[in-house]
Amino acid sequence: MKTRFTRRMAMALAASAGLMMAGPAAAEEWAPQKPVEMVIMAGQGGGADRLARLFQSIIQKEGLSKMPILPVNKGGGSGAEALRYLKDKSGDNHVIMATLNSYYTTPLRTDIGVNIEEFTPIARMALDTFVLWVNADSDIQNLDDYVAAVKAAGGSWKMGGTGTGQEDSLVTAMLQNEFGLDITYVPFKGGGDVAKNLVGGHIDSSVNNPSEALGFYQAGKLRPIAAFTPDRIEVFPDTPTMTELGHDLVYWMQRSFVAPAGMDPAAVAYYTEMFEKLNATEEWQTYTQEKALMADFLTGQELQDYFLEERAKHDELLGSMAEG
Amino acid sequence: MELLGHLADGFATSLSPLNLFIVIIGVTAGLFIGAMPGLGSVNGVAIVLPITFIVPPASAIILLAAIYYGAMYGGAISSILLGIPGASTAVATTFDGRPMAQQGKAGLALIAAACASFVGGTISVVLFTLFAAPLADIALAFGPAEEFALVLLAFTTFVGLGGDDVLKTIIMICLGLALSTVGLDLISGQPRLIFFDEPGFYSGISFLVLAIGVYGIGEILYTIETQKTAPQVTPAKLTFTELWYGIKEINKLWKTMSLGSFLGFFVGMLPAAGATPAALMSYGIAKLTSKTPEKFGKGAIEGVAAPETANNAASTGSLLPMLTLGIPGSPTTALLLGGMVMWGLVPGPMLFIEQPDFVWGLISSLYTANLAAVLVNLALIPLFVWALRMPFTVLCSLVFVLCLVGGYAPSQKLHDVWLIVGFGVAGYLLRKADYPMAPLVLALVLGPLMEKSFRQTLISEQGNVLAFIERPISGTFIAISVIFFALPLLKHVKRWLKRDLSPAE
Amino acid sequence: MLTADRVIAGAIMALSVYFMWHATVLPIGWNGETGGPGGGAFPFWLSAIMFVCAGGIILRSLREKPSDTEPFFDSDTLRSVVIVTIALVITVALMPWAGAYIALPLFLFWYLKIFGKHGWVVTLAITLGTPVFLFFFFEVTLKILLPKGFTEPYFIPLYARFF
Repeated sequence: MKTRFTRRMAMALAASAGLMMAGPAAAEEWAPQKPVEMVIMAGQGGGADRLARLFQSIIQKEGLSKMPILPVNKGGGSGAEALRYLKDKSGDNHVIMATLNSYYTTPLRTDIGVNIEEFTPIARMALDTFVLWVNADSDIQNLDDYVAAVKAAGGSWKMGGTGTGQEDSLVTAMLQNEFGLDITYVPFKGGGDVAKNLVGGHIDSSVNNPSEALGFYQAGKLRPIAAFTPDRIEVFPDTPTMTELGHDLVYWMQRSFVAPAGMDPAAVAYYTEMFEKLNATEEWQTYTQEKALMADFLTGQELQDYFLEERAKHDELLGSMAEG
Repeated sequence: MELLGHLADGFATSLSPLNLFIVIIGVTAGLFIGAMPGLGSVNGVAIVLPITFIVPPASAIILLAAIYYGAMYGGAISSILLGIPGASTAVATTFDGRPMAQQGKAGLALIAAACASFVGGTISVVLFTLFAAPLADIALAFGPAEEFALVLLAFTTFVGLGGDDVLKTIIMICLGLALSTVGLDLISGQPRLIFFDEPGFYSGISFLVLAIGVYGIGEILYTIETQKTAPQVTPAKLTFTELWYGIKEINKLWKTMSLGSFLGFFVGMLPAAGATPAALMSYGIAKLTSKTPEKFGKGAIEGVAAPETANNAASTGSLLPMLTLGIPGSPTTALLLGGMVMWGLVPGPMLFIEQPDFVWGLISSLYTANLAAVLVNLALIPLFVWALRMPFTVLCSLVFVLCLVGGYAPSQKLHDVWLIVGFGVAGYLLRKADYPMAPLVLALVLGPLMEKSFRQTLISEQGNVLAFIERPISGTFIAISVIFFALPLLKHVKRWLKRDLSPAE
Repeated sequence: MLTADRVIAGAIMALSVYFMWHATVLPIGWNGETGGPGGGAFPFWLSAIMFVCAGGIILRSLREKPSDTEPFFDSDTLRSVVIVTIALVITVALMPWAGAYIALPLFLFWYLKIFGKHGWVVTLAITLGTPVFLFFFFEVTLKILLPKGFTEPYFIPLYARFF
């Protein structure tokens, strides 16, 4: 084992000496020269992490990148750690970051000295949807039943979700504002935890992403009440949308990639093309269908505009939450 | 008998020559990864996962199971040989494994760990096979209140872990719990205890950083001081007679091991609890039920076997909520869960019905991997023991480097490496002043679970503290913890009363 | 021994106060609205217990008679502990700038040759063998990149060869 390693090492050294004499390769066709770090704005095991690792494996399987993409979790402080890290990596061509909505909510909620306008947008891969769920054993069949039940509970209605200030709590706040409800919000560590506690009867409802609740739904343990989307979700054809029911409640979780400020435009073009190819792969398209994701591909300036628009929306939403 | 048919099919696949080869490779790789301080099954699984999309699914599952088991066995190796627990699950193994190694019984401790892991793994795989589906319902009955009660129960096993100095033990528990709150407060979503405004603290202080600092750097500094040139441990030799003797010794431990296996499996099965409390509780119970509790902590073989059976059983148990409920109990199972999703499987109650091939293939792979892991491990023990015979300064320098690199690897932050050096020096000073280390490290692991479930319960129960006692499962657990806590206290009171009375006579 | 005990207990008290000060950023009391303790409660009250216990140790030490006169540190061995600690600090400080592949071999060389007084064969074998092992184990096999600092460009051909 050891001898083989040293021989390979020697060969590599010889190769490196040769390369250095040849000088840098042609500059116009940029390609990563070392493994690319894929920072994930969330901890291991969450939805964002799983998706980022799915991207990594599709990229590896289809050979979309010359160098390996290495996922690194920096989920501390709802992504504050990742944002600060990306800020420090200005001008680095070998770092990309997988984002979720905390990309704008975290800098809005606590001052961490990061302005997301400075970062370089790469590509938006998908929009994840939200659905209102109850335990299948409950008597609640539709939205009217739900609102009546929450009102009857008089403030002791337990809504489970991810950490306070994260997406689930925002959707809950929207729900409360729209129907004038009084809900007790119980934060959990992750979406899977929330779904399990709903099935176990420890909470009364949730606003899980479909992918988190799908297993229980198929086993007949959870019931979708309404979707926070403009159009019906393919996997739940019988579940009405909030818009249909006359309530303007739409909320998405975006799954995008960004890069540090000042990345070489040639590198930006390289990554954008990589994700474009990824977007076209069969695996990704089937996955989005099965998991009720909207594969809504967006790049460049349009993506930046989208980020800023969403940031403004969330600013308002967080403001209304603080008041309520 | 449909079940047996599925299993037989599974075995037929896992015993093909290609798959056997994969198992051996996977187990060996896992063993080395797990034996490295800082690295564990999560690293092995993360590396292999992308490969699994290329090889046939049956082989992919076998490879993953092999790495998973290999790393689990490996965790005990660094605990015993170096006194550095590579994962939180192996902290309890250091209590007696380390003293055994220092007495020159490293080989025996490693054999005990391997055999105990094998027994734990086997019993839990059998339980898994027979009761997977009904047990999932028990996991569902566990809400925040029950989680809190369970962690409290694990905490009571601390009583007696520390030295005789109660004040110092309390300080270390509080320090561990306080350090566990660094980072983000999940309930309010606010950052807290961000010292010096360092972004590195946003993600909190990880168990590995504290353990490598205190047990790795701190321990070596302590040894450098006490014996600068003398060998750190009595050189251990391993012969076949000793191996035979070891296996005979282990044969006497059936009570400890079966208790540990059942306990480990049931605790591991509960989401969010996992293998660390399981190993700890198993150690505590083994000590409580032992005829010679005074030997614990000084190199008792039961003290190695008990946590090792439990943590291996728990690791198998933790696959249950992942498969049936889609909830990962550990970072490794979280990665496996991600893998399953990518293979197009939907974890959840329907998995056993819709994908029997996968489920039973996995279970038979677990059997095979467990068997391969114990054999490879036993075969490699002489090599590990030999490593201990290196001159002390050589071993030290290498362990220092492994601590620094192993501390960097999981998070890839230099911030953590600095913390390791800091904790190392602090740990060295505290140890010199007779502060116990185990309560500190375990409090850091259990702290977040405890705080989170405590506050979740109070939020959902509108501040009703009695909720913990009113619910049957959590009430029972709390009652048991009170008894556990009171037992040693009563002994103290008795002794104190006697001492007070005796001069009066 | 007694003095050292007091100094360490005093340091723990100072640390507790520092923790408590940090914890007060978030509510530390029982929060009537959400029905549970606030975000700062756990760290605050745990540190408070720590403070009281450390105070107890100091009080206890005042009552105790200085029975053991054994010094806390043995001046000779203390020297080696301090030197090793300094070497570790320098090694970690070098890592971001010079990279792990310079800092760690330097540390090994110093530890084995100068501190441990080993022969050249052992020293060189370990000093040169360890980085090779680290590269192949961590970077090539586990895909965990170690810090490189200014040595980064020299690794590009290696990446091209092995990834």
